Amino acid sequence: MPKTSDLMDQVKRTQVWRSLFRHDIPRDERGRAQVVLTNIFLHLHPVRTPKSGIRVRYTWCMGGLTFFIFMVEVVTGIMLMFYYRPTLEYAYTDIIDLGEQVPLGIMREIHRWGAHLMIITVWLHMLRVFMTGSYKPPREFNWAIGVILLLLTLMLSFTGYLLPWDQLAIWAITVGSNMARATPFLGHEGPGAAFLKIGDVGLVHAGNDARFGLLAGRFVGEGALLRFYVLHCLAIPFIATILMAVHFWRVRKDGGISGPM
Amino acid sequence: MPEEIDLSQFDEIPDRVARAKAKAEAMKKMREGGGGEASVPAEAAEEAAPEPAPAEEAPAAAESEGGGEAEVDLADLDQITDRVARAKAKAEAMRKAKVGGGAPAAGGGAAPAKKAPAKKAAAGAGDRAAAARALTEKGDGPAQVIVQTSPSPPDIRPGPDRILPLASGGMTTRRGFFSWLTLAWVSFAAATTAALAATGRFLFPNVLFEPPQSFKIGFPENYDVGVDERWKDKFSVWVVKEKTQMYALISVCTHLGCTPNWLAGDAKFKCPCHGSGFYSTGINFEGPAPRPLERARIVVGEDGQILIDKNTKYQWEKGQWENPESFLKLI
Repeated sequence: MPKTSDLMDQVKRTQVWRSLFRHDIPRDERGRAQVVLTNIFLHLHPVRTPKSGIRVRYTWCMGGLTFFIFMVEVVTGIMLMFYYRPTLEYAYTDIIDLGEQVPLGIMREIHRWGAHLMIITVWLHMLRVFMTGSYKPPREFNWAIGVILLLLTLMLSFTGYLLPWDQLAIWAITVGSNMARATPFLGHEGPGAAFLKIGDVGLVHAGNDARFGLLAGRFVGEGALLRFYVLHCLAIPFIATILMAVHFWRVRKDGGISGPM
Repeated sequence: MPEEIDLSQFDEIPDRVARAKAKAEAMKKMREGGGGEASVPAEAAEEAAPEPAPAEEAPAAAESEGGGEAEVDLADLDQITDRVARAKAKAEAMRKAKVGGGAPAAGGGAAPAKKAPAKKAAAGAGDRAAAARALTEKGDGPAQVIVQTSPSPPDIRPGPDRILPLASGGMTTRRGFFSWLTLAWVSFAAATTAALAATGRFLFPNVLFEPPQSFKIGFPENYDVGVDERWKDKFSVWVVKEKTQMYALISVCTHLGCTPNWLAGDAKFKCPCHGSGFYSTGINFEGPAPRPLERARIVVGEDGQILIDKNTKYQWEKGQWENPESFLKLI
């Protein structure tokens, strides 16, 4: 009867184990650093973090919480996509079904409340970074990335708003997208658009301006629903994921999390 | 244009041009004599290329001559000298103008002060050009001495460090290669831009599955006096009939674009979004709407039916409701 430790040693010598774990159980500082550096999920994180920097009262954990909620939104969003169809015929009733008929009817509510919460945590994260002066060199680039991520979060919220396809959704997006009419040069009611014309024919009109591009039509209709669905489920999360990777990586490269001054 | 202009660099250029010219001429003679080292022209051309000068003209001259051509036109070399002289005069004039006009003088006084040194510099440039030409002519003398007439056929291969084989099998100089590279990069950038533009265009559909913007709505006698809502859902218009006229109001709130409701009991249009109110004429009287509803073009077609065209809109605040096509006159 071999001892457990011998058995463990044998397992650790197998090719499978050694291909999965390229180092021993970390028992010292070097080993722990190795774990972070050799793992794709951990390597974005700084190997060392100042003790003061992880104080809850310093960071409020808002960046981490935002990322956590984003992951919740990704998972619940994928689940919702199994049922939701972005068409005029089904969109509204599918949302009703998700609450009334599909098991675990709170899935959509988790997604919706998570969205609200993420907006709050993103703003608080920005406030914290501002208050602690963490936007200063060498972190100014990461601040700019963060601002873009904030805008992407707001756009995720805006595009998700239309998908239930109820009166609130349709008119909210109608009002919201009407602002695109006033885009300088690109919106047909915006400043400068009147100058873009050949003879009497305007180059920017209701059939080709920024709002039209957003809605795929002159008003909020089937095209807008599909377009917002694709933006919400694929396009914006795709860009946001890339920028998040850059954001986290830059935290590491700019000297880790900023400490209290 | 750099802040400080080093005028001395211009003085070197005529010298180098002269040397290049001498070499080139010697070459030409050699070739006419049926021999000589033919690899000289390339060198000559290269030496004729002046250092990047601050004035625009000198590098331009260099570009036209330094393109790696085997034949060197002697007249062109003379031109370079002239152009260098002109460029130098220009640079000098500019510097003087800067020195003269740099003082924070009043606007009126600064202009003539600038002009005078410029003229002076131009005169100086004439002298210098003459000097440059003299230098060039002097350069012809020693060139005669170098001439050697060996009967061997000319070897026109450029030096091994100057060539790079192309895919086409032809030979090219390093400069030539870089111009190919430029062409390649420009093509690549153009193709990328075109692809991105096409991708952007992809988002703007050619066919819309929306109700038509102009449509027929039957005969005037089919409508009663008052607000008619029968086309609101399909075409987003109300047809309003009064005793003496009819018009079509577009059912889009002028505040933020929601669709108001016609409240027959209150005899007003009321927007559910932010509470804007309009009379049956379309004039706004309450809520945040900044202006009255818009009218669509309304005419009677050849078959006597009313034709409404939403592509043409008439706005009250612009006085467009006076337009005879913004309403139908009855009686």
